[in-house]
Amino acid sequence: MTPGPTINDLMFQAATVNGSGSQSANLVLTRAIFSMGIPVAPKNVFPSNIEGLPTWYQLRISPKGYQARAGEPDVLVALNPATWTKDLKGVKPGGAVIHEAAYSTAGARDDVSYFPVPFAKLAKSRIANDNLRKQLTNMLYVGVVAGLLDIPFDAIEHGIRRTFQTKPKAWQVNVDAACVGYEHWQENFADRRIGHALQPMSGVTDGLVLIEGNQAAALGCVMGGCTVAAWYPITPSSSLCENLITYADRFRVDQASGEKKIAIVQAEDELAALGMAVGAGWAGARAMTSTSGPGISLMAEFSGLAYYAEVPVVIYDIQRIGPSTGLPTRTSQADLGFVYTLSHGDTKHLVLLPGTVEECYEFAQEAFDLADRFQTAVFVLSDLDLGMNLWMTPPFEYPERSFDRGKVLREEDLERLEGRWGRYRDVDQDGVTYRTLPGTHHPAAGYFTRGSGHDEDARYTEEAEAYARNMDRLVRKFESARAAMPAPVVDATAGSPIGLIAFGTTHHAVVEARDLLRERGMPVDYLRVRALPLSASIAAFVRGHERVYVIEQNRDGQMYDLLRLELPVELAGRLRSIRHYDGRPIPAESITRPLLELEEAVAVL
Amino acid sequence: MSATLNHIGLTRDAYKGAATTLCAGCGHNSITNHLVKALYELGVEPHLLAKMSGIGCSSKTPAYFVDQAHGFNGVHGRMPALTTGAGLANRKLLMLGVSGDGDTVSIGLGGFMHLMRRNVDCTYIIEDNGTYGLTKGQFSATADVGSVQKRGSVNTYQPIDPCAVALTLGCSFVARSFSGDGKQLVPLIKAAVAHRGTAVLDVVSPCVTFNDHDGSTKSYSWVKDHDEQIQDVTFIPFFEEISVDYEPGTTKEVELHDGSHLVLKKLSEDHDPTDRIGTMRMIEEARERNQMLTGLLYIDESAQDFATRESLPTRPLRDYGEVELRISREDFATHMSELA
Repeated sequence: MTPGPTINDLMFQAATVNGSGSQSANLVLTRAIFSMGIPVAPKNVFPSNIEGLPTWYQLRISPKGYQARAGEPDVLVALNPATWTKDLKGVKPGGAVIHEAAYSTAGARDDVSYFPVPFAKLAKSRIANDNLRKQLTNMLYVGVVAGLLDIPFDAIEHGIRRTFQTKPKAWQVNVDAACVGYEHWQENFADRRIGHALQPMSGVTDGLVLIEGNQAAALGCVMGGCTVAAWYPITPSSSLCENLITYADRFRVDQASGEKKIAIVQAEDELAALGMAVGAGWAGARAMTSTSGPGISLMAEFSGLAYYAEVPVVIYDIQRIGPSTGLPTRTSQADLGFVYTLSHGDTKHLVLLPGTVEECYEFAQEAFDLADRFQTAVFVLSDLDLGMNLWMTPPFEYPERSFDRGKVLREEDLERLEGRWGRYRDVDQDGVTYRTLPGTHHPAAGYFTRGSGHDEDARYTEEAEAYARNMDRLVRKFESARAAMPAPVVDATAGSPIGLIAFGTTHHAVVEARDLLRERGMPVDYLRVRALPLSASIAAFVRGHERVYVIEQNRDGQMYDLLRLELPVELAGRLRSIRHYDGRPIPAESITRPLLELEEAVAVL
Repeated sequence: MSATLNHIGLTRDAYKGAATTLCAGCGHNSITNHLVKALYELGVEPHLLAKMSGIGCSSKTPAYFVDQAHGFNGVHGRMPALTTGAGLANRKLLMLGVSGDGDTVSIGLGGFMHLMRRNVDCTYIIEDNGTYGLTKGQFSATADVGSVQKRGSVNTYQPIDPCAVALTLGCSFVARSFSGDGKQLVPLIKAAVAHRGTAVLDVVSPCVTFNDHDGSTKSYSWVKDHDEQIQDVTFIPFFEEISVDYEPGTTKEVELHDGSHLVLKKLSEDHDPTDRIGTMRMIEEARERNQMLTGLLYIDESAQDFATRESLPTRPLRDYGEVELRISREDFATHMSELA
């Protein structure tokens, strides 16, 4: 008896040309498959280009719902002549290749199944609309893939309606085009079977939704009460503020008056973007900016001012590879060290490290509370993988907590104090002082904001003792914040001598790697860092393990370095570093392989 | 010391600030005094005033007036960004930025231009001395060709005229004055404050330590000899009756957003302050004559300010709470179901 096909477990890859409209086709497929109850994890691999360069869409389908990137494709749709040869080489043996019939397969490998489709001819003869032909050609392969993988056509129709949710006019033309591909499959390949198939399932994706991290963050900004946002376009961050604009138009406009309860400014550069946010934060608004590495560089000076002048502001960094002329559309976790102490002088910042789209949503709200509470810049470090790809997530919770606006003295407070207060007096001994907002109607409300050259009453001074006192108080404040940051998520049930530490999107590869290691009889414990400054509880985790692997997506092991600096000396030696830094999201294999090698070396000793 | 109360019941002392730390005789100190006078006479509510600045001698001056107001001494060249953000957070604030020539037309030129392009509601005073004072006398980009540094070197680069830049961008209020001419500067400050939109005031303000010598075109004596006033400026606040009589045809009256009026009596030549291109030509022609035009150069009271264009409510954005800012439970649930 021949074994049946593998069900709901495959890597799909579409190799297309950037700007050809393939993104919609890929989303339709993703949503169609997701609607069958099958877990999906898409990764968009795209160039820094508007049109013409190669782009790939990798869709991972796994019965357990892994969301990390996995290896080579089982199913390839090849629609880019420029990368055809290389794309073909990458397919797993036994895989299926749907390709433009005009591409030559003479002398090509014989361990894959070929499905030549005359896409260009079909488009010409079957798609009547000249203007849309190029885009709709991509929908042809959606139909072919539906045939290949047994995706019911009504699931495809659902995917189309969902993808073009706001454009019902586009539904029928897309359904028609997908149908042409589907019929072509039926007529030419209906009797052919491959080693993979999809079947509707339940139990893993029940109740889940799909959302990109940047959209989730934008929603979090709305729910967190952001009223001023300033930004400068930069990939992969732009979609955060663009989503914020969409949300603002829908949910922040007073229908009667047309008034908008948020100002979103496309600034002239990142210097101005953060400057506007700092100005707004100083004046009492919940203000934010969003950028990526090159923008963070330009924000260094204002970050330092926000730190010293103690102005609440939220800064999103959707990390990518640097510098500007690097691989700007590839993911990275390499801004960690840079951001933590961004700016000249003694500075250290509060940094949130979301690992899931749910945390993109929740940490956005948390960030505004922390910024107000500690009167400082709060950075949120996301990355391209999290920000720009769709992720499965439980629907977000409606926030039940009120905003924490921090220590702000209003008119009535100043009345009660008879005007006796000092902007930088540490009344509560937690390093966090009281502030007033411009516009507060009391003669004692005003004060003059400047960097570090001030005394407790915000008066100008360059006196050494006053400066040092202020610096020490800022450390006190930082330590108060340490305990208020989101705690690490610890899973130490394995009782293993081995622990893993990761943060951000590396989480998803760790989840899978732990399963793989468990299957090999090597269960490992796990701590996920969710913020800087580092939680004091990390030391206990490290103390409980003989070897702790710190896994991250940067070359030099920035989190590893921070841990070594902050952990007690006797614990630092227990840390090992595993790094992934080729611009593609880290797969589980990039954890298990080096970890097993290093463990083997330990065993030999 | 005058104990006379202004129309909101405050004395002139209420508009004073900390003692200046600038050099004795610095033009900036005169501007500070003119600001105190203008804000006192206007009856500006100190708590609604936000004093913004960048870095430099000029940018220190917000500490020297209206002590009761909030002030923010930011980073070099970024006063426009801070002002834009603060103004968006609270539209009720009266934004007053003080900057210098280095702060404005060198390090901060981009932000300066975009502030005007957006027509952010603020008064923007450039204390323009053609030199970097705090760093000991380097040329700034407003120094004229041929002007001589204290140490003898001669500037050969074209100056950037902030008023010309402002006119190019259609800035809605452009004026030039001299720190030593309170008669002209005080009404211009008042008009700038009353104007809704970006009001740029380029005030030539001699640096007594580094740029007040022969060969400088930003010295007291040069300005006195080459100042060509285009009008006699009278400001009549909204709370006063217009009671000035001028010969018909000799004056132009401009009504400002808050109901105040500017009465401009022509002096040197026929100038229409609503004619942007004509004003640009006049400035250039005066420069060729080696003269510096002062007065209200341009005004456009029809231009919409940034916050209005952005449809912001008059209620300060910073005052909104959870209930008004969060999506309702129903809409949130609907949106979540859309993501399925």
